Amino acid sequence: MKTLQQCLQERIMIIDGAMGTMIQRYKLEEEDYRGDRFKDWHSDVKGNNDLLSITQPQIIEAIHGEYLSAGADIIETNTFSSTNIAQADYDMQSLAYELNIASAKCARNAADKFTAQNPDKPRFVAGAIGPLNKTLSLSPDVNNPGFRAVTFDEVAAAYTEQIKGLVDGGVDILLIETIFDTLNAKAAIYAAKHFFRNNNLPELPIMISGTITDASGRTLSGQTLEAFYVSVMHANPLSVGLNCALGAAEMRPHIEELSQLAGCFTSAYPNAGLPNAFGEYDEQPHETAHIIEEWAKEGFLNIVGGCCGTTPDHIKHIAEEVAKYKPRVRPVVEESLV
Amino acid sequence: MNETTHIKPFLRLSGLEPLIVRPETNFVNVGERTNVTGSKKFARLIRDGQYEEALSVARQQVESGAQVIDINMDDALLEGVSAMTTFLNLVQAEPDIAKIPIMIDSSKFEIIEAGLKCVQGKCIVNSISMKEGEAKFIEQAFICKSYGASVIVMAFDEVGQADTKERKIEICSRAYKILTEQVGYAPQDIIFDPNIFAIATGIEEHNNYAVDFIEATREIKNRMPLTKVSGGVSNVSFSFRGNDHVREAIHSVFLYYAIKAGMDMGIVNAGQLVVYDEIEPQLKALCEDVILNRNNDNNEATEKLIQFAETVKAKGKEIVKDETWRLEPVQKRIAHSLVNGITDYIDQDTEEARLQYPKPLDVIEGPLMDGMNIVGDLFGAGKMFLPQVVKSARVMKKAVAVLTPFIEAEKETKRLAHIAAGTVNEEGAGAAKILLATVKGDVHDIGKNIVGVVLGCNGYDIIDLGVMVPADKILSEAKKHNVDIIGLSGLITPSLDEMVHIGREMARQKMDLPLMIGGATTSRMHTAVKIAPEYDNGVVHVLDASRSVTVAGSLLNKETKPAFLSNLKTEYDKLKVDFGNKKSAKQYLSFADAQKNASVLDWKNFTPVKPTFTGTKIFADFPLQELVDFVDWQPFFIAWEMHGKFPQILSDEIIGKEATKLYNDAQALLKQIISEKWLTARGTIGFWEADKTAPDTIVVKNDPPVSLEFLRQQIKKAPGQPNQSLADYVIPVEENKQDYIGAFTVTIDGIEPHIKRFNGNLDDYNKIILQALADRLAEAFAEVLHKKTRTEYWAYVADETLSNEQLIKEEYSGIRPAPGYPACPDHTEKYKLFQLLGGEETTGIHLTESLAMYPASSVCGWYFANPQSKYFGVGKISEDQLLDYTKRKQMDEEDMRRWLRPVLE
Repeated sequence: MKTLQQCLQERIMIIDGAMGTMIQRYKLEEEDYRGDRFKDWHSDVKGNNDLLSITQPQIIEAIHGEYLSAGADIIETNTFSSTNIAQADYDMQSLAYELNIASAKCARNAADKFTAQNPDKPRFVAGAIGPLNKTLSLSPDVNNPGFRAVTFDEVAAAYTEQIKGLVDGGVDILLIETIFDTLNAKAAIYAAKHFFRNNNLPELPIMISGTITDASGRTLSGQTLEAFYVSVMHANPLSVGLNCALGAAEMRPHIEELSQLAGCFTSAYPNAGLPNAFGEYDEQPHETAHIIEEWAKEGFLNIVGGCCGTTPDHIKHIAEEVAKYKPRVRPVVEESLV
Repeated sequence: MNETTHIKPFLRLSGLEPLIVRPETNFVNVGERTNVTGSKKFARLIRDGQYEEALSVARQQVESGAQVIDINMDDALLEGVSAMTTFLNLVQAEPDIAKIPIMIDSSKFEIIEAGLKCVQGKCIVNSISMKEGEAKFIEQAFICKSYGASVIVMAFDEVGQADTKERKIEICSRAYKILTEQVGYAPQDIIFDPNIFAIATGIEEHNNYAVDFIEATREIKNRMPLTKVSGGVSNVSFSFRGNDHVREAIHSVFLYYAIKAGMDMGIVNAGQLVVYDEIEPQLKALCEDVILNRNNDNNEATEKLIQFAETVKAKGKEIVKDETWRLEPVQKRIAHSLVNGITDYIDQDTEEARLQYPKPLDVIEGPLMDGMNIVGDLFGAGKMFLPQVVKSARVMKKAVAVLTPFIEAEKETKRLAHIAAGTVNEEGAGAAKILLATVKGDVHDIGKNIVGVVLGCNGYDIIDLGVMVPADKILSEAKKHNVDIIGLSGLITPSLDEMVHIGREMARQKMDLPLMIGGATTSRMHTAVKIAPEYDNGVVHVLDASRSVTVAGSLLNKETKPAFLSNLKTEYDKLKVDFGNKKSAKQYLSFADAQKNASVLDWKNFTPVKPTFTGTKIFADFPLQELVDFVDWQPFFIAWEMHGKFPQILSDEIIGKEATKLYNDAQALLKQIISEKWLTARGTIGFWEADKTAPDTIVVKNDPPVSLEFLRQQIKKAPGQPNQSLADYVIPVEENKQDYIGAFTVTIDGIEPHIKRFNGNLDDYNKIILQALADRLAEAFAEVLHKKTRTEYWAYVADETLSNEQLIKEEYSGIRPAPGYPACPDHTEKYKLFQLLGGEETTGIHLTESLAMYPASSVCGWYFANPQSKYFGVGKISEDQLLDYTKRKQMDEEDMRRWLRPVLE
């Protein structure tokens, strides 16, 4: 069977779309989230989508299945908030490790089923490592710019636990994503490097995906795209890319710049346009796919998919459009100055 | 992609922005002042927890051209980990500093790691070494790598620090092998510090240290071409401590050879490096011998340099004028005069040039502009400071004055020729024009004058409308002269409203030229929140004169203007949103509750002191000499955009030399002012019985009585903290004890004829010094009268022994707050103050419609004698207080609202 690296040499690979958007379609209520196990939990848990991997695993697996049917090569685990820091919102810090294992297994099962059906198109599981609801470079208190709500060590410890769960659950890749504060991402990279070294394990490939928040072309923590790239290069990542915040149309100049900068593979999974006045995404699958087709034609891409508001239908259209084009050729990384 | 991209193995670093060290980068300046071991000032600020000021040290580094800043907190009195963490977290919140990469510098690895945990960009670690063995080295390197940092490896191993070329190369090669093969470091992320040691120490073994470094560098770069070489440059000249002239020359010569050998970066005082080519030949030759260890048998070269250094020292500050530049061609002489601000020869040189060039205008466009371009570049690179630039401008103006009659004559000839030939003379488009004005009601113009000079130096045509200029005049003049930018200045708070008004008018008149806003009272926030929304075609707040050049440049370049304005708009919109968010975060008490929470003073055990007289006393012509010792020099330097404490600023490593020159020039002018009696110091003080009849009302028992109204803090305070008002410091009438209040005005009169004369002499430099001195004298006079009030006239402090420094720190008993300033922000109370003191006739001060005082160098205020009185800021007030206050003052509500706008919630 082909390895991830081989697949990336051959074609533009497809990563899945939004998990949250799909979960919404099930119109789940508090009791659905709780399931049997947490029926007496002391706080509300509706909205804790990651918990569904434990209480409603069949739904999560089904959503993975829809994306795999649509043509996704890589699916993301349902673990965007599965850290003891983010789970504190539901007082579920102690479940962080278990959530990661459960979500990794849902994705693993779904992916393996599809790989078995068609071994020529192997499917991969990326363990999603989200940005946290607390940030290391910004103060939440405008009157005290030196204050931090969390420390690097706390963030690194939370990510270490998440990574352990993901690895134990059997993921193929670690995907550090939706990075709006590079220092949080650096804590995740630090956690990954130390986890593999301390446990004497071979490193899993790391995908890194930052978020440019607006037209200024900078991350929320103020870095330009190139500064961001330079700051995470030491992860020796499989790919660097962008996701979220912007639709494909707004993301284009940044993807173009990145494709020139990055020595590794590049990825992009934009939102389905910008949200309308009601916070909904209404860019249609063929529209998104049309914009992304041009990126593929220009040779900006190695991995592409969708973020907020995208659906299996978006992924299907994107997969069909980009199948016509060769993947981006990585720049030649030279070893001498002359 | 049509063609394959190639990525070169450059050293890549980042702050908020990337720094790519390419071969053509030549040399990376690492700022050294944010180092507690190297800068006493920085160490003191950190020890005292004055992080705000410590940040300004970092900012200054960036502004003077540092591409990376080195931060070191290794001090026995400091908790290094927490100092590093606190400082770096604060730096991250300052985009103008955080934009460049950070070098985390410590001999303690735990401090380095603490630093790495705070910075999102890619840092440099300074440093790790093998002094404690390979295992520890590998572990530390792995940790640095997992934070993504580049590392400086010091040439230090188990045996010791490498001093010879061979040892340096051997240790660096060994470290390289370990880092690349065992830790997985990319070669370009490895930076070697092969140890710069002091030379010319008198010990013969030290004589070859610079050569060892330079030759080791050459070989390291030869063997490991992707690595970088760095070093702490000031070490090399350590034996010449206290002799900056020689030290700077040694640094410059050393770097010249080290960079040629491959040195890539160095920790330096960027602003202080002298240009290699400009070192006097004799000194340069001596430095070269010592650095390259030539002709140095029996320390011969060393002795010669030491001897030379002694002569420089012996001469003290009086440096012998080197007149060799007079032998150069005229173009070079003009450039020399411009760069060094020398007016002595400019008339004759300009005349000589005029005879060489076909047209007089060619002299301006040729050698003069070439020289000013050098000045502009040096200033932009932080290698010249404002006072120098102003001197350069003076030289330029003088040169232009020589040429003007010839240019006019030529124009006239042409015009006549055109008339004779019947053709129309079309004037070519000249330089971009910038109109500057201090707005209506405001009389302050030092800052505006400086901006005018700096912009003028950069080739802009400046139209300066002066002070107190009404909006319609500004706009009509702008149209008449077809200017490209309008710049507004103001110092007092009512000027802010006037600027908003001008913005609105520009929009209404559909003007399209950009508007620059500057002056002490203005801010980026006010500009973003209040002015920018009024006018869509570009409103930019300019922090200081040095920034006006880049802003004007961006605004006038057709290519950069749209992007500049759109970025600015994004930034201001964000500020506006942030401001909105921040506003709602503060909680206010109702005015009634605020009054209930007034300061509690123990009136029972307090007896007010009766002044020695009531009524007023006039000092019509106070001796200026008595003010000199009370001058606070720090604001004088700030006026010149030289920030730092006085007198330390005079010995500051970066700006000390220029600060001292400026100080000497100012002292000389001050002497002349006093001996030739240019200025008159006029002051008035008065004391009256005062009754507090309501929580915020004090009735002054003059004839007729005058009711003073005060504003009270309304923000919700921590438990136990009062909501203060100045009225709290006067005994309530219910206590049945008579209290008193005082008032004063001071003014420094007579500046105009001298300003006019300096203008006539094209001497902005002395003009600005004079204006700044007049301001300082007014402040000193206020200080002197306050002292006399405390000890002599009101005499509520019998024996006071306070130094000038303590006075500046306001350690005196009782206060003298001024209407319009934080403790009593309502300017309109000034009317009452002036009425009590006898008005314009007695005080010699005219109040403008914005309640600015004219002459500009004037100060006024109330005297409160209560020993518990202290300065505070009223802050923002709510609607209920505004209405109550309006009623108490019996003023029109809209008027009141306009005056109080800066403090309205």
